[in-house]
Amino acid sequence: MSQQPIYTVSQVNRYVKSLLDGDRRLAGLFVRGEISNYKRYPSGHHYFSLKDGEGALRCVLFRREAELLRFQPENGMTVIAFGRLTVFPRDGQYQLYCSRLTPDGVGDLHVAFEQLKAKLYQEGLFDPAHKKPIPRFPTKIALITSPAGAAVRDMLRILKARWPLAEVYVVPVRVQGAEAPGELAAALEWANRNRVADLIITGRGGGSMEDLWAFNDERVARAIFACTTPVISAVGHEPDVTIADFVADLRAATPSNAAELAVPDRSELKSALNGLEARLTGAMSRRLERARTWVEQMGERRALSDPMAPIQDRRVLLDYQRERLARGLQGALSGERERLGRLSAALDALSPLKVLARGYAIPYEKDGTMVRSISQAETGMELDLRLWDGTLRCRVEGSAHQKQRSQP
Amino acid sequence: MKKRSFEESAQRLEEIVRLLERGDVPLEEAMALFEEGTGLMKTCTTLLDRAEQKVRKLTAAPDGTPVEQEFEGEGAE
Repeated sequence: MSQQPIYTVSQVNRYVKSLLDGDRRLAGLFVRGEISNYKRYPSGHHYFSLKDGEGALRCVLFRREAELLRFQPENGMTVIAFGRLTVFPRDGQYQLYCSRLTPDGVGDLHVAFEQLKAKLYQEGLFDPAHKKPIPRFPTKIALITSPAGAAVRDMLRILKARWPLAEVYVVPVRVQGAEAPGELAAALEWANRNRVADLIITGRGGGSMEDLWAFNDERVARAIFACTTPVISAVGHEPDVTIADFVADLRAATPSNAAELAVPDRSELKSALNGLEARLTGAMSRRLERARTWVEQMGERRALSDPMAPIQDRRVLLDYQRERLARGLQGALSGERERLGRLSAALDALSPLKVLARGYAIPYEKDGTMVRSISQAETGMELDLRLWDGTLRCRVEGSAHQKQRSQP
Repeated sequence: MKKRSFEESAQRLEEIVRLLERGDVPLEEAMALFEEGTGLMKTCTTLLDRAEQKVRKLTAAPDGTPVEQEFEGEGAE
């Protein structure tokens, strides 16, 4: 009986390793399983197990591959891992060295999206309380987007048609590819810090989820959040929703839509202005009407207190006032004063004493009744004839009718 | 006198209309407001009719300060 050789541990491990390494099926295989015991080591490598109902498989994801992950693997998540199976000689355990890890069923981008969304939501980046109002009439608008392509052209066309009063600045950045998130975030930060605009629109035209990915980048989301200038997001087509849309102060469905939301429409404003003009003139004429009524009431009041006032033709007065109102009613007060002056002059001119001074006399009967007609007087009657400086006592000697002028 | 922006003019105009519609403004003040409003109306209409959009490309100088350049459509992607 030949003596059984005795091997060292290392020899056994090396032997098993050579067996596994020699199996081409184990050199590259996909494994579906549920993640458990997921750990990130300070080295940057990730360790976890994949399990199903019956067993578990140790897995490792090295730092280089782990950094390429677009989602965060979590315990309980079903994934498909691709890698090679081999033995780690130090502890004699075989494990799957993963080079790729994707969520099962949905794409990794989708999972990454949901994860970042949940994280930023938790942090309050989507909180409506942080949303800044979009200025009603922007004067400077920064478009942080690709200077080429349909998106910027659409936005410029609509901004020009609706609101040419604003100055528009195109801040050119790449909007897809590995450099895009960094450029976008830097441009947002820069535009905000230098206060180049009072409104920022950032976005791009439509594309695949991969194409739009820069707008799901955490750096871009945080840069938008940090902007004190209001930001409108304008990414892709209507159904595309990105993280940037959640953080932005206003989400537009498309770049064209962003331009429409950003500025008022000049023709709508013109009709609004016409409405304001109608209200302005309407309010003013009502005010003038009230002033006219006031003047009329004042005229009536004076007529009551001053018996000579009716001599003035009120209509003439009102026309005069109306004309003054129409001219702007400037110096309404001084007009009043002027009118009073003229009234008192008229009063003075019509005073009975002034009339008598011109040589007229007024006859009175003994009882003080004014004699207005010869029919009131009889021959022999005594009358008082009042002159401007005194009274003459007279007796009537006779009377004669004034000859009527013959009618033609 | 500082030229008013469209926004300032429009805001003042709305304020004037509100004041006049309230009706408790003394007449002389109302007239002055009306005249101001009419002027603002003209300013706003002129701004709307005559504005021509200025479009510039804005990039950062090496020291980070914004630099304006002509913007010409750079063709399709």
